[in-house]
Amino acid sequence: MKKPVLWGAAFALLLAGVAPLAGKTVPEPKLGDVSPMMRLITSEQYVNTLQSIFGAGLEYRVQFAPIQRVDGLLAVGATSTVMTSGAFDQFDSAARSIAAQVVDARRRDFLLPCKPAKQNAADDTCAGAFLGGTGRLLFRRSLTSDELGAYVHIAHDSAEAAHDFYTGLSNALTSLLVAPEFLYATQPITKAGNELKLTSYAKATRASLLLWNAYPDEDLLAAAESGALNTSADLARQVDRMLNSPKLEQGVRNFFDDMLVFEDFDTLSKDGTFYPAFTTKVRVDAKEQTLRTIIDHVVSQNRDYRDLFTTRKTFLTLDLGSIYGVPVRTDTAWTPYEFPPDSPRAGILTHASFLALHSHPARSSATRRGKALRELFLCQKVPPPPPNVNFGALEDPKSPFHTTRERVNFHLQNPVCAGCHRIMDPIGLALENFDGAGQYRTTEQGAAIDASGTLDGASFKDVAGLSKALHDHPQLPRCLVRRMTSYALGRTLNKDDDGWLQYADGQFSTSGYRVKDLLRTIATSPSFYAASVKADQ
Amino acid sequence: MTKSKFTRRRVLRGMFNGCATTVALPLLDCFLDNKGTAFASGEPLPARFGTWFWGLGMDQQIFVPKKVGADYDLPEQIASLRDVRKHVNVYTGFDVLTDGRPNLCHYTGWVAVRTGEAPLGNGRYPGASLDVLVSDVVGTNSRYRSLQVAATGNPRSSQSFRSSEAVNPADVSAVELYQRIFGPEFQDPNSPVFKPDPRIMTRKSALSTVMEQSADLRKTLGKADQSRLDEYFTSVRALEDRLSLQLQKPPPAEACVLPSKIEKDLPLGLAAEMVANRHNLLTDILVMALACNQTRVFSMMYSDAQALTTKPGNPRPHHPATHEDLRDPVLGYQLDSAWLITRAMESWAYFVGALAKVKEGDGTLLDHSLVLAHSDCQLAQVHSLQAVPLMTAGSAGGRLKTGLHVTGQGTPATRVSLTALQAMGVKVDAWGANSMRTSRAVGEVTI
Repeated sequence: MKKPVLWGAAFALLLAGVAPLAGKTVPEPKLGDVSPMMRLITSEQYVNTLQSIFGAGLEYRVQFAPIQRVDGLLAVGATSTVMTSGAFDQFDSAARSIAAQVVDARRRDFLLPCKPAKQNAADDTCAGAFLGGTGRLLFRRSLTSDELGAYVHIAHDSAEAAHDFYTGLSNALTSLLVAPEFLYATQPITKAGNELKLTSYAKATRASLLLWNAYPDEDLLAAAESGALNTSADLARQVDRMLNSPKLEQGVRNFFDDMLVFEDFDTLSKDGTFYPAFTTKVRVDAKEQTLRTIIDHVVSQNRDYRDLFTTRKTFLTLDLGSIYGVPVRTDTAWTPYEFPPDSPRAGILTHASFLALHSHPARSSATRRGKALRELFLCQKVPPPPPNVNFGALEDPKSPFHTTRERVNFHLQNPVCAGCHRIMDPIGLALENFDGAGQYRTTEQGAAIDASGTLDGASFKDVAGLSKALHDHPQLPRCLVRRMTSYALGRTLNKDDDGWLQYADGQFSTSGYRVKDLLRTIATSPSFYAASVKADQ
Repeated sequence: MTKSKFTRRRVLRGMFNGCATTVALPLLDCFLDNKGTAFASGEPLPARFGTWFWGLGMDQQIFVPKKVGADYDLPEQIASLRDVRKHVNVYTGFDVLTDGRPNLCHYTGWVAVRTGEAPLGNGRYPGASLDVLVSDVVGTNSRYRSLQVAATGNPRSSQSFRSSEAVNPADVSAVELYQRIFGPEFQDPNSPVFKPDPRIMTRKSALSTVMEQSADLRKTLGKADQSRLDEYFTSVRALEDRLSLQLQKPPPAEACVLPSKIEKDLPLGLAAEMVANRHNLLTDILVMALACNQTRVFSMMYSDAQALTTKPGNPRPHHPATHEDLRDPVLGYQLDSAWLITRAMESWAYFVGALAKVKEGDGTLLDHSLVLAHSDCQLAQVHSLQAVPLMTAGSAGGRLKTGLHVTGQGTPATRVSLTALQAMGVKVDAWGANSMRTSRAVGEVTI
């Protein structure tokens, strides 16, 4: 009789992430596929990495060929994308522009470690010092003597041809910047006893890409080189250093940018006749507002992830003020702001970014918003619409539709549509108090807006109720765990990962849903650095 | 022409005996054959191939000409083709067949026309797009193997790919497209002076060194990543080839006129007028890139398959309008959607006209080109894949008849694709998969 009770308790503990057997540590479950991945550097990683080497003073005009989004993430597409000739051209021209700036007469003295003996001739010693140091940061390991020799040779030859040391150096730096060792983060493997694992350098790169969205810095490389990433205590120390670094912000920012499909902002446009307030500046600021709110909430304040959907705290600019109907002081670009308790705005669902991005250019879209909420925050997949729909009801000129609710209710009259629209539209309708630009309204074409609805069994009357229902949805934190794990690994998850994911769910819950702790769970997990060899290798 | 004091031999001898790098070399008639359609060596003037895409189909009531064959009538939606009709073939009644695969809305149709096969899922391509197959044959001898251009403002608008993972990126900025083609590295084919830039030699040898150095990297990778690394090397070699070309004097191109510099891009936005302006600006640069032999293969996207072009006054952009606007009870089609398709056809007419304006040899740039234009479906409201509209413009250097309306009677749309591939010299007897596989080119237009 006691057995089920015990098992129940053990199960509850397991869910909470606590080892069920007192005194014994249950080994952390393993992730499924841990074969190495070759990841193409993204525009953001490129800029982050080069900025930390050459400083923010250079002009990094970098926009590489778009990467295909795979299973909700660009980070997953980056491990399968193929370099086309057009894509390589963009890397080549970025490399040449940056190399020219580094050796520019105004910058060379503080960006280069030495001066050549003669400016109009090659100087292999000085070239070697610069290329060896920079190459190590770009390739995330020391260059072999063969490699260094080859890049010094490039510098030598072109310096002689151009009678200019700096032209030579610029060519050699360009070459480093287009080399596959830089453009691709590969994951070399080493054998420890009978076990395969990533080399320390590969470990450093993995951790750094996850936490900083950049290649490792000198400290991390030095740790990799000295073997200081081999024990779990040493690794944990480095991970903590990275979690406490200001660079964590750019890492977390990139993760949410990817998860929220914010690259769509690049092409978002609104019809100026309907939404004159939604200017280019508002478009840029709306995205930044949400990213700032997220960073402040999960990084600076280290608060519960779920509260992002109910928090009234945010940041505004003068331009955003016109969308929110809020006076914003003009003396600073970004001002912290807290919506008052009687405001309909609370949580990132009510930000102009979410509302405008998932709308049409000249009106809102309950369907798009509902679909986005399910796919982005709950990791649910909404099937594509059927190709052949009977629009008979819409064709009836006697039934004019005033509100979006009236229009989308049409979906529910058709059984082919209803299946999917029933899970999207009621959520989106709760956001109908905000128009296609994210501005608050109480009526649509003269008819009062009804913002009530349900989310997987939880009923609500208005958007605050929807936000609360999402906040309390058990799938919300689980979705973040899955998205972040997939982002970290650069691959689609599968059922072999379930054990590890449930373990991570437990850890996340125990931490009170702190994103930094979730990052630590992944970045210190032995599974994250495990390696296997595929049959074809 | 035989009376000319200049002979090819004399000029060539001059080149070898004198300073080859500074010889003047205009495209004199003596370099052309008597018809002006080929170089006297027998090598034909370069044929160009391109695609032109518009989303959301057509309205058959005002699109499909009543008359089949030559001198077809121009219903309202394609009335803008008036001045270029003699160059344009209209193909109606050609179907996309899915063999039980899902009809993925605004995706299956255009993917099948371009790859010969209905895709299995969104974001997946069953094979390479046909422009890539053509560029493998005719694209290797020009500076760029192909150019992809989109008037949508979205760099993700590209329908040119070797595989799902290898999509050729699109240029959407006129400033950047201009810079890439006519920027500092452009070599005017008609310049009397040619001086190879020694820096190009240095760049080329640096690239070789990079490739040699990274050969070992391959050994550490699994099969899939090895082939990705091989693709990387292929792309580096493509740049090397381009640099090699720049070390040689480019062949003359009589029609090449350096366009005036583009200083500023047009504002973002999808109002029909803004899209047309952007399209026309990009078209003008692209046409000169072709005339100046910078590329021989291109893809132009007027709109995405789920086009979001807007008509002033309608809050619904094109795609939602096709699903939500009422059909006019008398005319039987959606007025605003029809209006937007008519605007797309005006841009298509502009595109054809821009190629036809450029004189080349005894004809025009259009005569030495073939452009395949098509959409993703017939009636967007129901995503129908029967009678997906297709057109071609140009004769591919006299290899196809033009100015005809052809009806497909429900045969696969791949027949038009196959006709284009064969006209462009791709050695293929049959093309496509399953019910879309065909060995029957469109006999009405082949010569």
